Amino acid sequence: MTISENISTPDDVWPTSASGFCVPYEVFTDKAYYDREQEAIFRGDAWSFVGLEAELPNSGDYKSTFIGETPVLVTRDNDGNINVMQNRCAHRGALVCRERRGNTRRLQCVYHQWAYDLKGQLRGVPFRAGIAGKGGMPEGFDLTEHGLNRLRSASINGLIFATFSRAVVSLEEFLGPMIIASIQRIFNRPIEILGDQRQYIHGNWKLYAENTRDPYHASLLHLFHTTFGLYRSSQTGECLMDGAHRHSMLYAKASSSNTALEREVFKDVRSYDENFKLADSSVLQGRPDFDDGITLVIMALFPNLVIQQIANTLAVRQSVTDGADGFELVWTHFGYLDDDEEMRNIRIKQSNLIGPAGYVSMEDGEAVEIVQKAVRRDRGAGSYIAMGGGVAEDADHLVTESAIIGFWQHYKSMLGIAP
Amino acid sequence: MNLTALSEIELQFKLERLLAEYVQCIDDDRLEQWPEFFVDRCVYKILALENAARGMPVAAIFCDSKNMLVDRVVSLRKANIYERHQYRHIVSSTIISGVTTRSAKMRSNYAVYRTRGQGVTELYSAGIYEDRVVVVDDCLLLEEKIVIYDTDRIDTLLVTPL
Repeated sequence: MTISENISTPDDVWPTSASGFCVPYEVFTDKAYYDREQEAIFRGDAWSFVGLEAELPNSGDYKSTFIGETPVLVTRDNDGNINVMQNRCAHRGALVCRERRGNTRRLQCVYHQWAYDLKGQLRGVPFRAGIAGKGGMPEGFDLTEHGLNRLRSASINGLIFATFSRAVVSLEEFLGPMIIASIQRIFNRPIEILGDQRQYIHGNWKLYAENTRDPYHASLLHLFHTTFGLYRSSQTGECLMDGAHRHSMLYAKASSSNTALEREVFKDVRSYDENFKLADSSVLQGRPDFDDGITLVIMALFPNLVIQQIANTLAVRQSVTDGADGFELVWTHFGYLDDDEEMRNIRIKQSNLIGPAGYVSMEDGEAVEIVQKAVRRDRGAGSYIAMGGGVAEDADHLVTESAIIGFWQHYKSMLGIAP
Repeated sequence: MNLTALSEIELQFKLERLLAEYVQCIDDDRLEQWPEFFVDRCVYKILALENAARGMPVAAIFCDSKNMLVDRVVSLRKANIYERHQYRHIVSSTIISGVTTRSAKMRSNYAVYRTRGQGVTELYSAGIYEDRVVVVDDCLLLEEKIVIYDTDRIDTLLVTPL
C-alpha cells in the first residue's frame, strides 16, 4: 500500500481571460509558490535592495537585513567599500550579527567566537591549536576556505543591491535606463537619513508589489490623495516600465489638476470630498524639490523595493517576506544633506503622510490584508486585471493596471510558468 | 494651582489622574475630546525607539499644534480606511520630575492592547510616555507628549492615538 500525500505544487498553467489578465489566488497563499520564489527570485537571478550607503557612512558601520527571508549583512570595510554577505556563521550556522546596525572592527559569532573581518573573511577561531596539546582543528583546516558567504553587490547613486546569483545580468542592465534615470533624478546629491518606520502586513508580499504598480487604486482608496490633489487619476502622468516589465515608474504632476474636470470625474467617488478640510493645513505645505513639475513618484523595483517622492517626502520602502501570508515593510525616510532648516522641517512634518500611520499610505496595509483574508481558500479562482486595456504597455495616463500585468509576466518567467 | 505648593502625594495623584483620564478618553472612543487634553501650541509625537535612540526625527505621527490633533481625529473618522478596533491602555510607573509652580514633567510606562474585529486581543504597543504638563486656568494640560514605542514594527497600521 502506498500513502499518497497531497503535496501542493504551483500550477504551471494559469487561467486566462480573453479581455484581461488573470492571477490565480493560490500565488498569495501556497507555500509551494513561496518556496519556489525564495529560490528562483530572492536566491535567484534578481538584484534585491539591501540598504542605502548613507546608512553606513563610516568604516566599520554595518546593518543586518534580509533578502526574501535570508538574513544578510551589509558592511563598510576599512577601504570604504560596501560588502554584502550572508549573516550565517561558516561554522555551525548561527547568526553572526544579531543587531540591526552598529559599528565594529570585527564580526564575531557569539556561539563559538569565530571572528570575521568586515569583508567576511574568517580571521580567528578560538582553541584552533587545541588546549594543552589536546583538541584543536585538523591539520588541513584553512581559514581562507571558511569565510562568510559573500554576495555579489553593486550600488547606484547610493542604493545598494545584492544578489546570490552568479549568472544574473549586471545591476545596470537589470534596472534598465528608464529606472536608472529616475533613480538619478531623486538621488541627485548626498542624502540625510531622517529615520525608519517598520510595519508588519498580514498579507503576501506580491499584493504589495501589485499595490505599488497600481495607479488606478490611488485616487479611490486614499481620500487624502484625491481630496487634496496630492494625486488624482486625472492628473498628467505616466505609468512606465523597463524593457523586461519587471519594474515600474508612476509619476504625476499636481499642477495639472483641472478642478472642473475633477468635480465631474469624482462626483460620486467617496475619496473626493470638498467639504473635508484641515484645521491646520501646514502638513500639506511644502516647496518644490524638482523643476520638472513632478510631485509624485512611485517606483516599484522588482523584487523588494519602492522608491517614493510624495510631495516633499522621500523614502525607500523595502519588503521583507515572512512566509506566504506576511511581510515586513521597512520605510527609510531621507532628505538632502544640503536641505535648509525649513525644508528639513517640511519633510519631518510631511512624514505624517507616509508610513504605517501615514494619511496617504496606511490604507495600503489594510487593502493587502482584505485580499489575503478573502482568497485564503480559493485555489483555482483568480483575479481579473484589465484597466487600461489588459496588456503590459506603457501608458501616458494613470487609469491603468498595465504595470501589474508586467510584474506578473516577469514573475511567471522567473518561476518557469508558461506565459 | 501652584504645583510646588502641593504635597508629593497630591501632585502624584493629580498627574496620575490626568493620565487615567487621558487613556480612558481614547479607550472610550471619545476621540473628539482627546485634543482638549493639550494646549493650543502643543507637541505630540509617536516616535519609534530606534529613531529616538539615534536622534532621528521621523515620527509615525508628528503634530505641533492642537489643530493637527483635531485633524488626525477628523481623518480617522472620515478619511482613513482601517479595520475597526478597540484599545485598552495600561499606564504605570509614573515618575515626576522638573516641577515648577506651573509645570512638571513625567515619564510613564504604557502598554496598549488592541482588539480587532474577530475578537482577538493582542498586545499592540509598549513603550513610554514622556509628558510635559502645564497649569492653565487652574487645569492641568499637556504641552508636550512624546510616545516612544518599543514595538517598532507596527502591526498593520497606526490610526488611533496612543
